[in-house]
Amino acid sequence: MVEWTDQERSIINGIFANLDYEDIGPKALCRCLIVYPWTQRYFGAFGNLYNADAIKTNPNIAAHGIKVLHGLDRAVKNMDDIKATYAELSVLHSEKLHVDPDNFRLLADCLSIVVAAKMGSAFTPYVQAAWQKFLAVVVSALGRQYH
Amino acid sequence: MLSKREKELIAEIWGRLTPVAEDIGSDALLRMFSTFPGTKTYFSHLDISPRSPHMLSHGQKIVLAIAEGAKDISQLTVTLAPLQTLHAYQLRIDPTNFKLFSHCMLVTLACHMGEDFTPVAHAAMDKYLSAFAAVLAEKYR
Repeated sequence: MVEWTDQERSIINGIFANLDYEDIGPKALCRCLIVYPWTQRYFGAFGNLYNADAIKTNPNIAAHGIKVLHGLDRAVKNMDDIKATYAELSVLHSEKLHVDPDNFRLLADCLSIVVAAKMGSAFTPYVQAAWQKFLAVVVSALGRQYH
Repeated sequence: MLSKREKELIAEIWGRLTPVAEDIGSDALLRMFSTFPGTKTYFSHLDISPRSPHMLSHGQKIVLAIAEGAKDISQLTVTLAPLQTLHAYQLRIDPTNFKLFSHCMLVTLACHMGEDFTPVAHAAMDKYLSAFAAVLAEKYR
């Protein structure tokens, strides 16, 4: 069981309350595909990913980025049992999508960078620690059902 | 592999950050200690409270070394030779920690540069820091 302090809960909820999912989702996914190009292997059916500009203007990628962020929303609303909340998603990513779980960490890192760029100095080391703790739990839960 | 354009971009960014080396460096270190507490074990001999003299001086040292390497990335092995020896034989920091520090440095850059820390700049910087870390660990074994 993951223990969350009141401060950590407040930090995580605060960040998500002020997050524009339609903006941050696509940005995070695009960044992941650009910074770690091998992640593009999972998006063969999404159209033109030929260069950074193509990725940034690809509507399928943008839509998917929003979907991913809404998925994170479920973890925020169920912080005390993220493992159970994500059990089905984990099975999906393993059995159907065949995504290497290491990619969850890569996307999580890109999301941290995007949020940091948006929040600037408000993304203090203390806030970052809470945020990354949250993402680490999410990443772990997503990889949990792999076998 | 870094393209010519990427090397120019990296040199340009670090050139701009050299005047605020101690701010950038100490911020990245503090982020690393906060997010990855295990990294603090290498600093039991220093005062690592936020913006302490040790943190500022150590942060500055690190950023200046990274900036120096950025001036001619093809010569990294030459430029970093003394630091390679230091890390391999004296400091012996587990190289996994270089990745953790690099990540926190990227976060510091994102906070500092905002939208200017574009995905292309981020990719170039990540590649450079990975190369830097790899060269630093070369003499370990």
